[in-house]
Amino acid sequence: MHDFAIALPEIFLAVAAMAMLMIGVFQKPGSDMGLVSWLGILSLAVALVLVVTGEGDNVSFAGLFVDDPFARFAKVLILIGSAAAIILSQGFVRREGMNRFEYPVLIMIATLGMLMMVSANDLISLYMGIELQSLPLYVLAAFKRDSTRTTEAGLKYFVLGALSSGMLLYGCSMIYGFTGSTTFGDIANVMQGQEKAGLGLVIGIVFLSAGLAFKVSAVPFHMWTPDVYEGAPSPVTAFFATAPKVAALAMFLRAMLEPFGGMEADWRQIIWLISVLSMLLGAFAAIGQHNIKRLMAYSSIGHVGYALVGLTAATSEGVRGVLVYLTIYLVMNVGTFACILAMRRGDRMVESIDDLRGLGKTHKGMAMALAIFMFSLAGVPPLAGFFGKFYVFMAAINAGLYYLAVIGVLASVVGAFYYLRIIKIMYFDEPTEPLSKPIGMELGVLMAVTAFLTAAFFVVPGVLVNGAAVAAGSLFP
Amino acid sequence: MILPALAFYLFATITVACGVMVIASRNPVHSVLFLILAFFNSAGLFVLLGAEFLAMILVIVYVGAVAVLFMFVVMMLDINFVELRQGFLQYLPIGLLVSFILLVEILMVVGAWVIAPETAAVAAAPTPDPALRSNVAALGDLVYTRYVYLFQAAGMILLVAMIGAIVLTLRSRPGVRRQRIADQVSRTRDSSVEIKKVQPGQGV
Amino acid sequence: MTGVDTLLSEYLPILIFLGVAIGLASVIVIASFIAARQKPDSEKLSPYECGFEPFGDSRTQFDVRFYLVAILFIIFDLEVAFLFPWAVSLAEIGTFGFWSMMIFLGILTIGFVYEWKKGALEWE
Repeated sequence: MHDFAIALPEIFLAVAAMAMLMIGVFQKPGSDMGLVSWLGILSLAVALVLVVTGEGDNVSFAGLFVDDPFARFAKVLILIGSAAAIILSQGFVRREGMNRFEYPVLIMIATLGMLMMVSANDLISLYMGIELQSLPLYVLAAFKRDSTRTTEAGLKYFVLGALSSGMLLYGCSMIYGFTGSTTFGDIANVMQGQEKAGLGLVIGIVFLSAGLAFKVSAVPFHMWTPDVYEGAPSPVTAFFATAPKVAALAMFLRAMLEPFGGMEADWRQIIWLISVLSMLLGAFAAIGQHNIKRLMAYSSIGHVGYALVGLTAATSEGVRGVLVYLTIYLVMNVGTFACILAMRRGDRMVESIDDLRGLGKTHKGMAMALAIFMFSLAGVPPLAGFFGKFYVFMAAINAGLYYLAVIGVLASVVGAFYYLRIIKIMYFDEPTEPLSKPIGMELGVLMAVTAFLTAAFFVVPGVLVNGAAVAAGSLFP
Repeated sequence: MILPALAFYLFATITVACGVMVIASRNPVHSVLFLILAFFNSAGLFVLLGAEFLAMILVIVYVGAVAVLFMFVVMMLDINFVELRQGFLQYLPIGLLVSFILLVEILMVVGAWVIAPETAAVAAAPTPDPALRSNVAALGDLVYTRYVYLFQAAGMILLVAMIGAIVLTLRSRPGVRRQRIADQVSRTRDSSVEIKKVQPGQGV
Repeated sequence: MTGVDTLLSEYLPILIFLGVAIGLASVIVIASFIAARQKPDSEKLSPYECGFEPFGDSRTQFDVRFYLVAILFIIFDLEVAFLFPWAVSLAEIGTFGFWSMMIFLGILTIGFVYEWKKGALEWE
């Protein structure tokens, strides 16, 4: 009746997470989380192999779950992002008194939720995926529970996340009421006969997209992002900015294009507005920031705006652009946060942009890597970030959305200002008090690998772009 | 039958009135009590719709457990609620605006149903006749087999809730002596008693 | 009569009971207002503690541990809520339904073992 084989990565990850929990709890109290972390990374790798070996376009569990090239592409990114987040955390959690085995276990369960989100083929399974992803994230945001700042971040994230879930459910119930189904395919079938969606359905779509926009932190539903990014412990912020973003955006694409693909005229202007506002806010609000985590929060809002340009196009080319963008964004962000996590003086973490003064003289390698990431985030050719923007803007132009493309280019010019300011501070300002060395082996390796990928992307862009094209094709039968 | 209609208006009025009182009452404990009354009346509304199981779950889970939890939270927080409500009037216009928009939307949706009855036709998903298969059994037929995926996902969410609650609130208190039976029983004379020769006039 | 009406007529006694309860309660409250003599003054209305003015707020702060116990209770309460429909239709859903529930209980048992080992169920 049910084909369990197509959900094998999810089932494996669920069993593995429970096994990690048991291993962790039967260790001696106060043991180091290293063992559970590395086992967690190992199981994420096994899940990755299971994802890659999947084939075809299969639907199972009474139409609730789909495994297609699009889902597999997103899942690969998510698994890599989560594994990187666990590796990034190693040094930090030990220094900051967060050394508990629940930390990697919660990341694994959140990853399971993300895999369910991108494979959701039904409004109910979409919601269950979101909840399974969000609950561990709320806990992780408040993981350092003795610090008022992280507790506040966790609480804010929880309250606003619950609000957005409510809006999402309200939208889902409207859609169910007007189409009689929650499965994406059935909704599309019901809509096929009608040339224009009814008013009730449009309201449903508006609420659904508002709820999803909350999850990807697009303007005007972005308010939680800077506070949560700043307040949460840095490795948790690194995790928030990578894997969940990819999952939420991939889910956004599917939830708009599969059920409502035939009626993009009804929702295009919503996504257009969200995209433009996010790009502009991301560009302008980041200028005045002094805290680098807050800056990265505004940067991520801006990048979500660029990615949504591809969704506004609502074409296969646009989806391909988004997937390429997400891949590059993931790599750049992992690298940037590796640099942020290396910013410390003694045992104290520093997060102010001014602390980077003179980094070009004291830490040559790290400054070099951070400069590559900043140039790439700004979209300077020939670094990877340029190609990400290039593909989504091309898709927008081919779909006839000229204004959107022009606004996007202008926003990225403004945005380049604050990325370049960091480079200026690193290389042209005098060092005040240098950051501590060594930066830690795992951070150094991640920095080097991601910087290499960012810089060398232009040599063989075809591998990624072709893969993304195949994945995008599966959303457009 | 006029009785269900009467019962509906009774329950609906009390639910809305309780909802208002939850946010309007000065004492937070009263708010929680009004919330419980609102839950009871919603359960009545569910019964009128023929959703018996949901009605009973609402009473067991929400009234029996969630409301109690609310009460604990209200008791746990040391907040001056009078101070907290001072901003209440200040935000009233925005709140009214949002609720007005929601009201207009609901009216439009209801209007769409009235104007275009064919949309209402697709909306009616068939539930079995309660006379043939009871509500609880009809749910049981589907939840564990057809929707097994969601059922197990719900299990994982509950697991996360357990881990989260323990991670965020459990503290091991230092200096508390617990009963550890295995340790107590395995104590030997050698490990706990030491005999010392005490020289006269010198003490230990 | 349709199915829902039959269902509702089964609930009629409860509705009548509810009506009687509300009616009786209001009659008693109102009757005490009408029948009894009310002569309130400030001393009668003021709260007291063993003859003194109250020293502090009657609300005392709870420990966070109560919250932990309550939330763990809710989780198992929900688990039990899933058992009712399962028990009712076990004959229909067969082996698959049986094992489906066993896996669900297994997941929560993992959580239970975790709680137990962490000492969340001990009061100290």
